[in-house]
Amino acid sequence: MAKKMSLKQVAKAGLLSENPVFRLVLGTCPTLAVTTSALNGVSMGLATTFVLFFSNLIISALKHVIPDKVRIPCYIVIIATFVTIVEMVMQKFLPDLYDSLGVFISLIVVNCIIFARAESFASANPVLLSMADGLFMGLGFTGSLVLLGGIREILSNGTFFGLGADLSAWFPKMEVFGLTVGGFLTFGLVMALINHLADRRTKKAEARKAEAQKAEVQKAEAARSGAKEG
Amino acid sequence: MPESKKFLVSSSPHIAAPGSVRQIMLEVSLALFPALLCGTLFFGAYALFVVGLAVGSCYLFERLFNLIRKKTDTTGDFSFLVTGLLLGLNLPPWVPFYVPIAGGAFAMLIVKMLFGGLGKNFANPAATARIFLLLCWSSAMTTFVQPFSGGFFGGFSTMLTGPDPGLDGVVGPTPLGGGEADLLSLFLGNVGGCIGETSALALLIGGIWLIVRRIIDWKIPLLVLASAAVSVLIFEQDFSAVLPALLSGGLMIGAFFMATDYATSPNTLWGTVIYAVFIGFMTVFFRTFSNYPEGMSFAILLGNILVPLLDKFLIPRPFGAKGPDRPKAAGEVRK
Repeated sequence: MAKKMSLKQVAKAGLLSENPVFRLVLGTCPTLAVTTSALNGVSMGLATTFVLFFSNLIISALKHVIPDKVRIPCYIVIIATFVTIVEMVMQKFLPDLYDSLGVFISLIVVNCIIFARAESFASANPVLLSMADGLFMGLGFTGSLVLLGGIREILSNGTFFGLGADLSAWFPKMEVFGLTVGGFLTFGLVMALINHLADRRTKKAEARKAEAQKAEVQKAEAARSGAKEG
Repeated sequence: MPESKKFLVSSSPHIAAPGSVRQIMLEVSLALFPALLCGTLFFGAYALFVVGLAVGSCYLFERLFNLIRKKTDTTGDFSFLVTGLLLGLNLPPWVPFYVPIAGGAFAMLIVKMLFGGLGKNFANPAATARIFLLLCWSSAMTTFVQPFSGGFFGGFSTMLTGPDPGLDGVVGPTPLGGGEADLLSLFLGNVGGCIGETSALALLIGGIWLIVRRIIDWKIPLLVLASAAVSVLIFEQDFSAVLPALLSGGLMIGAFFMATDYATSPNTLWGTVIYAVFIGFMTVFFRTFSNYPEGMSFAILLGNILVPLLDKFLIPRPFGAKGPDRPKAAGEVRK
């Protein structure tokens, strides 16, 4: 990250253009494992956001203190601290959620999104910007998990966030989306759709650019011929 | 001027190869007709209706995909007919009406069209859609009615929900799921099972006709069945278990009609051998050790996934070439 980014750029990168799940394809293991429902998606996403926010803060603040050669162990210690906090708090106050997310809470320690942001962003950027990056990357992750979890929950169970009208009277529940197979299927299809939309946008932008260039060339030519005639 | 007119072809006796994609697809559909007839006879008019729904759904969704993506319509090659027939024949006779419709959508949209259409799909659409449906609605997909039960038009009364699994005298286990059946009824198809898979006789008529017409490769069904027979011997150590295993479940329809799909079977001789033996073995393996009574569609899907590897690594040596003279761009030079 050679150039300093603005806050707005950081926000856009985290939420959309460098969305950790669909653009960077990081953290696919928790993505596939916990998105059986929208609620699971939100909680996993928020837990990760919390860890990401504080680990980015501390790592960015300590970036000149941590020796380069032992930076990975240092990152792990920092990240593990916050994961342990999340785990303990969740176990005390949200025992049901803790049970349903299970081992994936502790596995946030090795979530590659957190490592990637520590390594590529927090270790090279000022504290405030790193905090913003952690927040928006985490929210981007949360958004993707809710999207996948929502789709899978509606199709497999006929509900959204465990409540609302039970849709199963309208269509037969598709058990497959509650299984890991369904996770892969949904992930692949949503990713294909997003890639398709992104592709179309870049193509449109390129076409617009080419058209503008063409118009400019024509203008210049017209000006030249006009000058000749004159 | 159309592109093809630019190439002038003249002189020399040219042999015009008969057949087109459409003709092959129609002949395969015709070969499936005996199985469809048997299914209708044994399981009633609703079975025919289910197959019809599957075919219609395949046609509709292929057409719809091309419309939405603004591509030329590809339904003229009639491959939707083969996929729809195979899918329909691989469903239990009295499934709820939405099952074949959803299956057709999955087979066409996700397995076939998203990967580029006919010839570019990595797996057999009908087999993959069947697996999807089995994982989606496992109880509806494993509730089999017995032949000649519930009346010829009986299935229509339960088309919204499917038959109640506890319905005595109508719903019963298939031979693979623990039901009793003698060899003759297994051969004729007078047993519980999917619409088109029960009658080995009807499938053999269609399959052998396709082999005689040289539409399918005789090696694949033969090796699948032989490998399944040997695998049964290995796992059961009982000679009398071999024939019932070959005649029951989806082994016949899979070996003749699904494993032989051009796009998803290997191009080389040794690739074909490995592929077919693998499918036969895995079918028996799944039957013996998995939670499901039948494993043919899983075995075919696994075999399909193996095909690109087989095609890449088993390139035959060109005639006269010395030593391992592999073409540089693998995939360009295939048999």
